[in-house]
Amino acid sequence: MTTSFMGELLTATHNFGTAPIRAVSTADTFRAALYLVSATINASTTVYSSTGEVTGTGYSAGGIVVTNATPPTATNASATAGVAFFTPSASLTYTSVTLTTAFDAVLIYNASQSNKAVSVHTFGSQTITAGTFTLTMPANTTTTALLRLATT
Amino acid sequence: MALVTTTKGDMDESLLVKQEGTVDNDNELTTWVEYWLDGELVHRSAHVTLKKMPSFAGGEAASF
Repeated sequence: MTTSFMGELLTATHNFGTAPIRAVSTADTFRAALYLVSATINASTTVYSSTGEVTGTGYSAGGIVVTNATPPTATNASATAGVAFFTPSASLTYTSVTLTTAFDAVLIYNASQSNKAVSVHTFGSQTITAGTFTLTMPANTTTTALLRLATT
Repeated sequence: MALVTTTKGDMDESLLVKQEGTVDNDNELTTWVEYWLDGELVHRSAHVTLKKMPSFAGGEAASF
């Protein structure tokens, strides 16, 4: 499989089946919602749901918008291997919130495409009291980017 | 005088007991800070830096 193809998957260039009709060619709007430790949120998740989502002062259901200033990158590692990757261009910051029930996951989902799920990322259990929760993204590289498609 | 946002409004940091911690593992570097007043938690913030994708995540690297 070509590296360019993997990169183009991340920009919805190819369609082997039935896909939504896109009104614009610009990037979709993605959002990030936090989930409780008790929530079932994993690779089987298909769409955003408020079930199991955190609640509390300063937090709105659905979470926050993901900053998306850097487009996906596709890089050849060799003639037979390549990586397409993407990382949000800014940290996810939930300011002035009180989230007293422990949470440990964030769901990235596509608010422009019926809230379809993109990825789930877990971390150590947290609570926030009259404070700020900041989730800083990993480095946007072939080995650490938040989303990666790779040939081996 | 440093002010801290708390459940009781902005308070001078000198009136509060501060606790800090760090978690550093293969997946994340996390720092947190808590402020306590008379045994009551009145502020907690946390900063999680993801180092890579968790092994199970839906965003896990796909190999073809």
